[in-house]
Amino acid sequence: MSNIPDGLRYSQEHEYLKPAEEDNVFYIGITDYAQGELGDVVFVELPGVGDSFDAGAVFGTIEAVKAVSELYCPATGEVLEVNEELDANPGLVNSDPYGEGWMVKLRLDSEPEGLMDAGEYASHVGE
Amino acid sequence: MTETLRRTPLHDEHEAAGARMVPFAGYAMPIQYSGIRAEHQAVREAAGIFDVSHMGEFIVQGSEALDLVQHVVTNDASKLEEGQAQYALLPREDGTLLDDLIVYRRPGGFMLVVNAANRQKDFAWIERQARGFDVELSDRSDETGLIALQGPRAQEILARVTEADLDAIAYYRSADGEVQDRPVLISRTGYTGEDGFELYLGANDASLVWRALVEAGAEDGLLPAGLGARDSLRLEVGYALYGNDIDESRTAYEAGLGWTVKLGKGEFVGRDALAAQKEEGAEVKLTGFRLSERGFPRPGYPVRLDGREVGAVTSGVLSPTLGVGIGLTYLPVESTEPGTELEVVIRGKAVPARVERPPFYREGSIRR
Repeated sequence: MSNIPDGLRYSQEHEYLKPAEEDNVFYIGITDYAQGELGDVVFVELPGVGDSFDAGAVFGTIEAVKAVSELYCPATGEVLEVNEELDANPGLVNSDPYGEGWMVKLRLDSEPEGLMDAGEYASHVGE
Repeated sequence: MTETLRRTPLHDEHEAAGARMVPFAGYAMPIQYSGIRAEHQAVREAAGIFDVSHMGEFIVQGSEALDLVQHVVTNDASKLEEGQAQYALLPREDGTLLDDLIVYRRPGGFMLVVNAANRQKDFAWIERQARGFDVELSDRSDETGLIALQGPRAQEILARVTEADLDAIAYYRSADGEVQDRPVLISRTGYTGEDGFELYLGANDASLVWRALVEAGAEDGLLPAGLGARDSLRLEVGYALYGNDIDESRTAYEAGLGWTVKLGKGEFVGRDALAAQKEEGAEVKLTGFRLSERGFPRPGYPVRLDGREVGAVTSGVLSPTLGVGIGLTYLPVESTEPGTELEVVIRGKAVPARVERPPFYREGSIRR
């Protein structure tokens, strides 16, 4: 069973949206389920601060030992900050996906659509 | 996972340990237990235990056992003393490779250890070649378990569960002994660049010996390790993997394995073709490279020389020990000098790399 915290929103592609301190700003990362499926993350390629993405657009890639995956932006917005810590310590994505393993901080342009709550995501991944 | 996958005698141990199982060569095999990087590191720094029972074991006996082995493999098995092992290749008439294998000189004959995926093909081939030889050939793969115990602490751990004189077993030598009172062929061989042993034993004894080793090694940091770590460990020391780096389209010289071809030993399958290729020189050669920038060079990614695509990565990994991308690829022989610049195209981006002669990792505990 993977960890699926309440209060976050989840995409079909296993990214989460977690409210940050500022209004309309969210941390984005991959879920505990996704990191478990990927296995050891060896590096994460992230966008630049100021880049904008539409919901569903590829905003980066994640290299795990077994495979590489693209990261899909779960909502439309602008990157305010990227987690530079992942450069030196990509394993944070595995050890603390919802905390220190966050990837980008995104200011949303509009209310996100088509995301799931914890219960819906749990059934999405069959748990 | 389909129902048709075969199981090794250690299947229950893997399930109990929470391994992630994947199909490999027709078997359900553990790809990882605790995590590929942790398992890799355990083998480099302490020890790891691997189930490699999927490998095939053939026994060749009879008055012409040596003659048959000499006829089918490239290396010179006549040089082997009892208990000694040798890396060799199984070529076809045109010199291309059916498989790579380990040949053991055993009391009264030989044991050939082949890749799981090639077992049926190899056995049928050798059987056909054996016509006219006074030999008995048998495939013992299903009755045989194989456990690899690898790492700088491997001997210490094994010594806790056997009375055998392990110091007396040199690199690529083996001895019959007992582990937990079960008969085991203890071989100082492996596929990781570390010191260690491969233990051939009855399939029914495999679980008991596995558990004893896991328990004996716990205090040293021994971890069960899967195919994932096995692949990154072997690649760090530049060992070729059949199916990735060598296959039926390649010859010994192209694979950089000419040292296993003993043209002077007398007639053998593929000798004429190999002699001709040695004379002319191979056009391409399996070559190591190291990325100059960050990247994970996965198998199949295109390789360029002077902007021109010349091939693809055959094996590649972001080396857990070195922290850089390393891999193998076939390059034109004139471009295989260490330091030669090339590029690996990683999802559309050309990442610079340089030719490097493996092993990439040279600090291993292996006892040569």
